[in-house]
Amino acid sequence: MGRKLIELSSNLLLAAFILYIIASFVFAISVTGKRWGKQGEQAHKQKFGSIGFWITIAAVLAHASYIITRWIGQGHIPTSNMFEFIAFLAFCIAVAFVIIYLVYRVPILGAFAIPVVFIMIAYASVFPRTVTPLIPALQSYWLKIHVTTAAAGEGIFAVGFAAGLMYLVRTIDQSKDSRSRRWLEGTLTLVLMLVGFIITSVVFNAMDYKAEFQLNVDNTKSVVEYKMPAIAGPQDAVLLTDSAMKPWFEAPGWMKGLNAAKKLNTVLWSVLSGLGLYLLLRLLFRKRLGQLLQPALSDLDPEMIDEISYRAIAIGYPVFTLGALIFAMIWAAEAWGRFWGWDPKEVWALITWLFYTAYLHLRLSKGWIGEKSAWLAVIGFIVVMVTLVFVNLVIVGLHSYAQVG
Amino acid sequence: MNNVKCECGHVSPVGTVLCEACGNPLLEEIKQKDSPLDMRYEGAARRSQTYNKTIIDKVWNFFSSVKIAVYMIVIVLVASIVGTVFPQEMYIPVPKPASIFYEETYGFIGKIYYLLGFHNLFSSWWYVLLLLMIGISLVVCSLDRMIPLYKALKKQKVKHSVNFLTRQRLKAEISVPAEWGVKLDQLQGFLKKRHYEVRREGDSLLAEKGRFSRWGPYINHIGLIIFLIGALMRLVPGYYLDQYVWVKDGETKKVPETPYYVKSEGFTIDFYEKGDLPEDVGLDNLQGVIKQYQTKAVLYENVNEGLPGSEPKLQEVARHEIIVNHPLKYKDLQLFQSGQRPQAIAALNMTLVNEKTGDKLGKFKIDLYNPQTEYKINDTTTIKMLEYYPDFEFTKDKKPTTKSPNPDNPAFVLNVFSPQTPQGEKAWLFLGSYLPAPGTENIYGYEFSMPDLTNITGLMVRKDKSLPVIYFGCFISMLGLVMGFYWQHRRIWIQTQGPIVYVAGHTNKNWFGLKYEVLDVFKKASIPVSLVEHGKDGKKVD
Amino acid sequence: MNRSRTWMRLIILGVIFVGISVALYNAFIKDTAAVQANELAPDFILKTLEDNQEFQLSKQQGKGIVLNFWGTWCAPCREEMPALEKMSQEFKDKGVEVIGVNIGESDVTVESFRDTYHITFPILMDRKREITQLYEIGPIPTTYFIDPDGVVKKIVIGGPMAEKTIKENIAQILPQQ
Repeated sequence: MGRKLIELSSNLLLAAFILYIIASFVFAISVTGKRWGKQGEQAHKQKFGSIGFWITIAAVLAHASYIITRWIGQGHIPTSNMFEFIAFLAFCIAVAFVIIYLVYRVPILGAFAIPVVFIMIAYASVFPRTVTPLIPALQSYWLKIHVTTAAAGEGIFAVGFAAGLMYLVRTIDQSKDSRSRRWLEGTLTLVLMLVGFIITSVVFNAMDYKAEFQLNVDNTKSVVEYKMPAIAGPQDAVLLTDSAMKPWFEAPGWMKGLNAAKKLNTVLWSVLSGLGLYLLLRLLFRKRLGQLLQPALSDLDPEMIDEISYRAIAIGYPVFTLGALIFAMIWAAEAWGRFWGWDPKEVWALITWLFYTAYLHLRLSKGWIGEKSAWLAVIGFIVVMVTLVFVNLVIVGLHSYAQVG
Repeated sequence: MNNVKCECGHVSPVGTVLCEACGNPLLEEIKQKDSPLDMRYEGAARRSQTYNKTIIDKVWNFFSSVKIAVYMIVIVLVASIVGTVFPQEMYIPVPKPASIFYEETYGFIGKIYYLLGFHNLFSSWWYVLLLLMIGISLVVCSLDRMIPLYKALKKQKVKHSVNFLTRQRLKAEISVPAEWGVKLDQLQGFLKKRHYEVRREGDSLLAEKGRFSRWGPYINHIGLIIFLIGALMRLVPGYYLDQYVWVKDGETKKVPETPYYVKSEGFTIDFYEKGDLPEDVGLDNLQGVIKQYQTKAVLYENVNEGLPGSEPKLQEVARHEIIVNHPLKYKDLQLFQSGQRPQAIAALNMTLVNEKTGDKLGKFKIDLYNPQTEYKINDTTTIKMLEYYPDFEFTKDKKPTTKSPNPDNPAFVLNVFSPQTPQGEKAWLFLGSYLPAPGTENIYGYEFSMPDLTNITGLMVRKDKSLPVIYFGCFISMLGLVMGFYWQHRRIWIQTQGPIVYVAGHTNKNWFGLKYEVLDVFKKASIPVSLVEHGKDGKKVD
Repeated sequence: MNRSRTWMRLIILGVIFVGISVALYNAFIKDTAAVQANELAPDFILKTLEDNQEFQLSKQQGKGIVLNFWGTWCAPCREEMPALEKMSQEFKDKGVEVIGVNIGESDVTVESFRDTYHITFPILMDRKREITQLYEIGPIPTTYFIDPDGVVKKIVIGGPMAEKTIKENIAQILPQQ
């Protein structure tokens, strides 16, 4: 039964993933396909907005079912490793979107927010999803409380990010060069790099690509396994797998540590594939990405989307404070005897919190609305992602989901 | 210092933006414009903006400024990022001193990091000072704003000047409807149904709700201040303890800096077994996956504490099976399951053998933590232990020595005195092997049997009296955040001035919701109204 | 009006600054070590290696004491042993005694070490490390130069100490004739 439930949960997640993609398209059509329908624009928008919404609801239900079946199947809440956490975060983003959609009824928000959801799910799938029992440190009811509340807060911030991005696409003047225009292209390319990373991971995973290198670390022979072809190989290493591609160059000497070169390699693949996707899109559409997306948003009221972005962050901020800081402190005091130890994850949670604190003060007291606020909303979510990627993967330690070796 | 007199006759203190009585804009530059009035602090004079004479005022204004606060927040933010680039000193993963580690592992950048003191960033004086300065800012900026705001909101009148009403962000003007008195009563009723508190003055009213949410940010600030005070409290002697003890199975050890002793009645590791996960979930390789670390601990208090050299007299005060996430708690003290060295060798079980004849002469046990100097094998034979190196290694000039006091790699020099060896026979004994003195052939050899194993548990000792204060600060802070972000302060003015009814609305957050409420109330009373939201450019909302 | 406001601000800022100064002082400047120079050395009783006799610090008043915390695994401790032994011989009759405190090692280990290095000054066995904890010993060797009244005159953390250093510090704790 347990195994069957886990299989079912995986299928449910896949179903949710597909439904989210469909929902995104439908939301997109609600603004771009204005001229299709025989009805007027408004009716068209409402109809497709409604369809998109209901497909999203179906996806959320499937997503929730994934959580429940996996929970029952493995005996503990599915928030205990990278795969589970990111899949759960995606769920939180989707729920946050549903709530905000119900308040503001702006279908085009779905065309930006839901892709964040399914990209998150795709990112989660890069990580191993084997069921593992809880290590002693995670055996606490706080796992249910701290991690879920923190994810909920971050999910709401993600909707604020999507709305902020929409504001920028809508309002930045594409007809003349400006710093804003270039930064927008850069941000969209960054998203493409994440997508690129996901695609390369999935492809090489499917090919079961492995390349082993042997090298000396601290005077012991160690083996590091690459899951992607080595563009950057470890310094002074011997390639053990014959069939694998030889590295194009060696990681610089100042990058120390067994996995340093492997991480550099992953980053290189992400950057290159992202740039590759960008070039592809530019060639295909002969427009900048910002230019490409702007017409779809021409009907969007900038002040409305600005308010949505702010409102999301205002709602998410107390939730994030409660989950990522307060519950975290209480759990830390119970598990490790100190409520705050300045470990990297705690510090980055603080950094995220300080950032959104600055956002709120700048907006409410200094009148930073509009483009400035939108940029901050975008950067804020990047900070959240940095916490997720950098801390969990680069820094191995007591608090991280990463494993040694 | 000139106070300002308004057209309505009221005199407001200098620096006031909107007349205290009627809300009429007082400053020339505001009067000329058409944009919505800046309603912050109800247009009251924020003292820090007006008094800037003495050094006291200058310091006050510095800490009251939001701009400065944002700068401080950003600096702390950036500094914190720097502190995560390389592991902080306490998180160095290898037992190397900081002076070597950073340069060795990260090269030149690492060396700079260390020299600049970034390896201990979060406890450096400048970082702490920044946090304290943010604390000062919290106190000063709250006092500076909260008091004028409170006074202004308390004093506010129902009727305002027309200038005030027509320069609100949300506004409408309609000609007086038929049966206006009745309709106004209806509006009042509908507003009350929406939980507005309505003050009526003739044919004008002020509907207000959610004023408490204005205090949210200040309550949040108070919570943060309490939190910071709690964090500082650990500097008070006796409020904070951070220690560590390693205890072997069956051993009783003093808990440093306390009058307590802790005994481990056994450390166990539970591993996951097949039956532990609901049905098999595809994880067949459950071997070695640790389910729980557990120390059966007993806490004793030394009633003789304070008398130097006196034998400790122990009284049991607490008993607990310590597992991760569930420490032993006794009064302010907490012991956490933190480290473990299971299956450590505690004693070697040896047999003395005559190599030539193969006779086993007798057994002896070497306790690695407290070895005897003499071991009696039988009536005629004794072994003397001459040297003991718990963690054997050679010095640079090839002399035997020990690397640490832990018996991780024991080595002994034994001398066997027997009838055949009346002058003694020396040999080196290592873990699993032995060597005679160079150049000799020994009669005696040693046989190793299964050694005695023990488990050493690492318990973290903590005392933190400031925790209740910390938690209280967090609670107050959350209260403030919820108050401030999940409710809004909304006001609706309906004022009849001759043939025109002026409608105006103001909120501190969520104009969208306020708009909807005004429209809804007027719709219910069947009064058509075109509400204008005075955004960047006036826009019509249907 | 203005004056009272200024006074209010002065008082508030004053209280805050005083509080913060106290906090910063306690955090960064104040020395909270268990043993500090110009204070009495904490009293204790330990047994000697040679004859298992009790040694109580407070009963040593009238003599200067060089209290050296060490372990056989610590290289600088080993290196300074000859110097300590020499100084112990030189000042024994002048009213200053060198006392070693071994941190938690077995008799066998310390005896063979003593024989190898020909140490004659008394070695106290802190088997349970309780006195080491009491003195909050960090890096070793740590040496306390205690005067005939029991007051710590100098603390040397780390080593090895040269003969000259030991001599100079002993000069501060010689009993007055």
